[in-house]
Amino acid sequence: MADPMISIDSLTVQYGDHRVLDGVSLDVQPGEVMALLGGSGSGKTTMLRHIIGLERPTSGTVRIRGVDINRCSPKELKDIRCTMGVAFQECALFNSMSIEENVSLPLRELTTLADPVIEIMTYMKLVAVGLGQAAKQMPQELSGGMKKRAAVARATALDPEILVFDEPSAGLDPIVAAGLDEVILALKRAFHMTILVVTHELASAFRVADRLAMLYKGSLIAVDSKDAFQKSTHLRIRQFLDRVPDPIAESTAVRDRFLELAGMAGGRK
Amino acid sequence: MNVLEATGDAAIRGLGYIGGLTIQFWSGLCASPRVLPIIGKHGRWRAAVRQMAVIGVDALPMVGIMSVCAGFILAMQTGAELRRFGALQYVMDVIAVGFTRELGPLLTAFVVGGRSGSAFSAEIGTMVVTSEIDALRTMALDPIEFVLAPKYLATMITVPCLTIMSNAFGILAGAGFMYISTKITPAMYLRYIFNSMELRDVVTGMLKSLVFAAIIVNVGCLEGFRTRGGPDAVGRSATSAVVWSTFLVILADVFFTAIFYLLHQV
Repeated sequence: MADPMISIDSLTVQYGDHRVLDGVSLDVQPGEVMALLGGSGSGKTTMLRHIIGLERPTSGTVRIRGVDINRCSPKELKDIRCTMGVAFQECALFNSMSIEENVSLPLRELTTLADPVIEIMTYMKLVAVGLGQAAKQMPQELSGGMKKRAAVARATALDPEILVFDEPSAGLDPIVAAGLDEVILALKRAFHMTILVVTHELASAFRVADRLAMLYKGSLIAVDSKDAFQKSTHLRIRQFLDRVPDPIAESTAVRDRFLELAGMAGGRK
Repeated sequence: MNVLEATGDAAIRGLGYIGGLTIQFWSGLCASPRVLPIIGKHGRWRAAVRQMAVIGVDALPMVGIMSVCAGFILAMQTGAELRRFGALQYVMDVIAVGFTRELGPLLTAFVVGGRSGSAFSAEIGTMVVTSEIDALRTMALDPIEFVLAPKYLATMITVPCLTIMSNAFGILAGAGFMYISTKITPAMYLRYIFNSMELRDVVTGMLKSLVFAAIIVNVGCLEGFRTRGGPDAVGRSATSAVVWSTFLVILADVFFTAIFYLLHQV
């Protein structure tokens, strides 16, 4: 097996007394699409922020193409970031720039290409996500789905080896979300990119991913193929797949709070 | 939390803030050459020029009106007292020295701090909460160079220029007062002003305006970068930027006035 493109080893993240990630280990192989699943507050976004080097972990390592991004030199980190594209949940398009300027920004800043070449490449990236006609528009003039696609176009501007998506389908209707899934698959097919999709949208995850990983309360409880995942008998995975709600009213914390409010403090510690 | 803990907590936060300002100031200073034309990076100078138009040109009417009003007020207040001693001509000295050393830099700093300092903070704060700053970092672009440096350079250039305009407007307002009250012609007034003004007054005023510019841009940007949360946090950062920059400008003014005063005594 080839060396993993992304290798996370014993990643632990703790804020004060709250442990968000607890010794998470995960490898993503070159050309693989990995979907990182998990409920709200499970630590998905925290894990993503550590993978793209926006935060430093309490302990553990994140290696991209074998380089530890928390212990490498600024030059190495810059080189790694040039091979990564990130499409944020909020799209993070620069509102003062047109869509075309947003997409061409990494090309203008990080390459020495001539302006006509940059214009052609930008147009190609926009056409690839179906936004050829929206090049001159400002981000605030676009719909949610178009913004997401513009963010994907910008993330792919430098033809990265690794593409990371944070909740690509969040807030989109099923048709637009399906369209975005097709864009992800097309990118994988055309450029053989390694893609990490952080999501809680099951349909999207099963459509695009080769393997799935599931986070629960800061720990990875499964990393498996789609088939194995669907057949899993793990309680939490089944609950997630079968959309079974947590029994909130029966939780210990809620019961203790009710007892406290009723003046019967000292229920359970 | 007892008094000792509260004092310690406030001291640590204050030191952290000053540390943040210092680090950011140094980073901004190091990144500034990359904004300059010809030797800088493509497009940065254009961004700085855009900022100069917003910080400088757009603020000129406000600086002008405030300086004219302050010039009139200063002339009338001092005139009313000095007239009793038959020393009305000294109004011109007061205006010349008062504006070049003190009022010009201070009024300009208040206008720019209120307009642009809060705008820097709101703009960068919005970029933080919408992940635009994170996006820059993941694109291997330095937010200091990309966001702060053009604002930094633009403020450092435009605030001294606005201060010169403020001085001119304030002095011209004094000319109006002197013409109305004593029929001294503007030409004679200006001749008297230039005679009573020393180069030292202008230089100290310009030095102060540079320091005020550095405070405004650093506080505004730091408040923006420290924004955490949602849209309400952006509003809080903008308010905080105005409050802190006004406070630090006054503090710096006292400090530099004391230094210049002591140097003058030596």
